[in-house]
Amino acid sequence: MSDKKIFLMKDKNIFLIKDKKYIIAGLVFFIALFTFPFWYNSGKAAPGPELKLTDKAKEAKECVMPTAYMRAEHMQLLDIWRQSVVRNSDNIYVNPSGKAFTMSLSNTCLDCHSNKAEFCDKCHDYASVRPYCFDCHIDKPKEIK
Amino acid sequence: MNLKYMYSLLAVIVLFLLAYLGVEAAGLELLFGIVIPYVAVVAFIAGVVYRVMGWARSAVPFPIPSTCGQQKSLPWIKPNKFDNPFTPGAVVVRMILEVCCFRSLFRNTRNSIQEGSKLAFQLEIWLWLGALAFHYAFLTVIVRHLRLFTEPVPAMIKMVETVDSFFRLEVLSDVVRIGVPGIYISGLVLLAAVTFLFIRRIVIPHVKYISLPADFFPLFLIFGIAFTGILMRYFSKVNIRAAKELALGLVSFHPTIPQGIGPVFYVHLFFVCILLAYFPFSKLMHMGGVFLSPTRNLPCNTRAVRHVNPWNYPVEVHTYEEYEEEFREKMIEAGLPVEKE
Repeated sequence: MSDKKIFLMKDKNIFLIKDKKYIIAGLVFFIALFTFPFWYNSGKAAPGPELKLTDKAKEAKECVMPTAYMRAEHMQLLDIWRQSVVRNSDNIYVNPSGKAFTMSLSNTCLDCHSNKAEFCDKCHDYASVRPYCFDCHIDKPKEIK
Repeated sequence: MNLKYMYSLLAVIVLFLLAYLGVEAAGLELLFGIVIPYVAVVAFIAGVVYRVMGWARSAVPFPIPSTCGQQKSLPWIKPNKFDNPFTPGAVVVRMILEVCCFRSLFRNTRNSIQEGSKLAFQLEIWLWLGALAFHYAFLTVIVRHLRLFTEPVPAMIKMVETVDSFFRLEVLSDVVRIGVPGIYISGLVLLAAVTFLFIRRIVIPHVKYISLPADFFPLFLIFGIAFTGILMRYFSKVNIRAAKELALGLVSFHPTIPQGIGPVFYVHLFFVCILLAYFPFSKLMHMGGVFLSPTRNLPCNTRAVRHVNPWNYPVEVHTYEEYEEEFREKMIEAGLPVEKE
């Protein structure tokens, strides 16, 4: 009787070799897929990019709004600017401190930040963002009168 | 009011407060940003291996494939190849249809008595649609999050992202201003689908009756994940550069806590960690289980191939030949007929 018990206990733990192969292969595949970011970067830390400000931007000290606001909301601001210029033909922006700016990506933003590759692109590339602004507004803005 | 979902909702609210206050009031960024994510990933992998190996060790004493069509039989009867697979190849096709299209969920029907005495079967398609929307939206969300875990970002992931933000939804009013950054369809679909799956559980009486806290908890948790994600992208605007620095630090084993990410990010991360750690030990493990379901992954060839129970005890038999060998002389003495003299 005890023999029979041992036999059953032991045997329940075996599984068909043929299935075991598939199950372990599937498990290994899943874990490899799940840990993709761990082996893709192969242990190299990639700190965020260092931005370069142009002399003109440094001189101005502050953008149209405070830096923290600009960092978070610049895309929103540009969208509102576009809406304002294109729909309402209002192209003067007055910030809370009373300073007026022409609402223009090419002529206002990129005038100070003329180093798109070392300013805009740095963070956009890092975060894999591809703003469609630059489909039309090219790197070095040419004055269009 | 229903205690079953109140418990789950309370649990998620407590988790939210834990992460929010932990970061905002107690300054435990190190715990919520580094320690818990690593613990969660280890728990997830170990848990999945443990559960799958547990299933692998279980014996399959009987072939129990579900038959959803005509089995292969006589040559002039047309078999239903994929709903009643006869060969391993057909099983593979059935599994692919099951995993990618939720075919058995599509077969969901509801029956009712119509026109007095007629029994009618109606296609009950909403669960299938909701489940498809939910799973594929979640998959897309996960894939496009890889942009925060890889440097450089593979072209494939960029492509998924581009397709996901294909629709230019823009609302620019004085109150609501969304549109930039581009709206991800998957995020909205995920939130809508998880809401649908929740409403389904509380509106349909018999589904409500069988729903347990373990059914509601993942729904609330995933709702929380999608909600905080959408909040961070379109409304409260998390610092994405810092978020990626943290994520990359984790996956490259050089963990750092960048400044100024904000508590909503840690809530999002904490929810994801809870989901990861909870995953292997919950109903969510159907992700692995679907591949190991004997009702799905066995061929329906029971009339052609004998399935041997792997733990069949070898029964000792005493055949008639052996019996006769043993008692032949006594049988002859007693005048009983024997086969061999």
